[in-house]
Amino acid sequence: MPTPLLSVRDLVVEFPTRRGTLRALDHVSFDIAEGEVLGMVGESGAGKSLTGAAIIGLLEAPGRIAGGEVRLKGERIDNLSPEKMRRVRGRRIGMVFQDPLTSLNPLYTVAEQLIETIRTHLDLSEKDARKRAVGLLDRVGIPAAARRIDDYPHHFSGGMRQRVVIALALAAEPELVIADEPTTALDVSVQAQIIDVLKEACIERGASVMLITHDMGVIAETADRVAVLYAGRVAEIGPVRDVIQAAEHPYTSGLMGAIPTLTQTADRLTQIPGSMPRLNAIPQGCAFNPRCKHVFDRCRRDRPELIARGGGRHVACWLFDREMEKADV
Amino acid sequence: MLAFILRRLVQSVIVMLTVALVAFALFRFVGDPIASMVGQETTLAERAEIRQALGLNDPFPVQFWTFLSRAVQGDFGISYRLQQPVMELILSRLPATLELALISGIMAFLFGVGFGVYTALRRGNWLSGSIMTVSLIGVSLPTFLIGVLLIWVFAVELQWLPSFGRGETVYIGDWWRTGLLTPSGRASLILPAITLGLYQMTLIMRLVRAEMLEVLRTDYIKFARARGLSNRAVHFGHALKNTLVPVITITGLQMGSIIAFSIITETVFQWPGVGALFINSVRFVDVPVMAAYLMLIALVFVVINLVVDLLYYAVDPRLRVDRASARS
Repeated sequence: MPTPLLSVRDLVVEFPTRRGTLRALDHVSFDIAEGEVLGMVGESGAGKSLTGAAIIGLLEAPGRIAGGEVRLKGERIDNLSPEKMRRVRGRRIGMVFQDPLTSLNPLYTVAEQLIETIRTHLDLSEKDARKRAVGLLDRVGIPAAARRIDDYPHHFSGGMRQRVVIALALAAEPELVIADEPTTALDVSVQAQIIDVLKEACIERGASVMLITHDMGVIAETADRVAVLYAGRVAEIGPVRDVIQAAEHPYTSGLMGAIPTLTQTADRLTQIPGSMPRLNAIPQGCAFNPRCKHVFDRCRRDRPELIARGGGRHVACWLFDREMEKADV
Repeated sequence: MLAFILRRLVQSVIVMLTVALVAFALFRFVGDPIASMVGQETTLAERAEIRQALGLNDPFPVQFWTFLSRAVQGDFGISYRLQQPVMELILSRLPATLELALISGIMAFLFGVGFGVYTALRRGNWLSGSIMTVSLIGVSLPTFLIGVLLIWVFAVELQWLPSFGRGETVYIGDWWRTGLLTPSGRASLILPAITLGLYQMTLIMRLVRAEMLEVLRTDYIKFARARGLSNRAVHFGHALKNTLVPVITITGLQMGSIIAFSIITETVFQWPGVGALFINSVRFVDVPVMAAYLMLIALVFVVINLVVDLLYYAVDPRLRVDRASARS
């Protein structure tokens, strides 16, 4: 198996607080292959954005990586010096944030921000950087890019601004783009366009994408594989089609049941009882056990690790361990 | 843009008219001007004559109009106390005050922004902790006490700097007497400038620090970091410029109060500026000088406000609405 572009192993992120240390990410592991789009879903507070921030080295204090490792093309990046990590950001890993209205500095023109980013990472003259910036804006679908480039962010609509943000994230040809809920703050009518622009621009450049969202529809259309996060742990990870059509983890199937479909008519959508535990009250064993309908003793006692299910699927659920035991007998 | 400036100008004129009304009212409410002009032996008839000659019997609007039209031409009458044209008096004292205010304003701004940025970026280290503590003293000690303390330490005990006056001065042009060109003039400026600017400096510093911390939490700073920009570019290119938008307003307004409140500093250091002139005029109920001083300070505030608005405009592109509405 070739070295994955990004490899996250047993990543632990902790927040020391006055009342003890909160573990926000607990042994999260996943890979992203080159040119692959990995979706990352989960409820608010499951640790999706935190995973992105930890990878790119922008955890906000007092949060810190307390264990595990992050490798980019086999090279560890979680323990780089701040200066070396800065050179990775933007150059090798680009990032797109949720709210395009606040992601751009209001006091600088789009051209100034693009050229600044390009020249930070690439050895280009002002003129060449500008030419490249116009090309990027053109690529992300901004009409009359050569003229609009000298406008300020407030001259653009939300969707257009997110295109500018994508252009900025791609400015130095990163190998990986982390998109943290890139469409959540946008109008429904432009969400699909932005996702298309993001995906196409990345595929064109051979860049992988880590797409963080809670919108299953976006994942289904865009991602190759999907990782489901629950309470700071990976519950299930696998090819999108498999996970969506035949979810194995009870939490994932609960999530899928909560999505309305056009073909089925149901009076009520299924709902997972209860809510995700707070970080200071994660139950022993499987974090999902108090809400799970298939819960049994072992779930309350031991924490399940990811179990390989074949076809690239992994599930952290004792149900499947028991099945295998039975099969062995 | 032009409409914006015009609108502001009209507002400024209204403010100035209001202040002129207050200044003019001084003449009527601070006793009878005739009484302070004539001796005890003057008869009532003579007094009535002078009253008629000075136009004091005219209706109020006529008198106000005369006051206004003369004020616009720079004629505020003659000082009761010094028997000199008020405008001449003020102009001869103005350079001293302006030099003092300008130097302390620049010092307050530079050190205020510098310390503010430093304490915001290096939160928690011992130096920014001590800067913050010392700044508390600057905010809480009254100006005259700071002046007296500085005189005691640097003029009396250490004898490094003079304790009063402007030192040697030279003329630039016809009437601008400057102390900036002679060593003793510059030495004399140091203590008053610190006294006058310390409070403003700590105010600017605390404002810059608070704004900077606020800006450093914004999404565009996070995004700037995610783009891999250097710390210097993030802190000084992106954060500081956004910090300065509100700081400019406060600094501008503070510049006005530096000129207005130089009264105390000028009294403590016997600095021969307009503030000292005003204090003496109050003591002798020299109404023309008081009125002119009031108008002058109002003018300073109005002009500074106008400049601040224009600066705002230059710094923040979002205010240039005409262009945006033409585009979208």
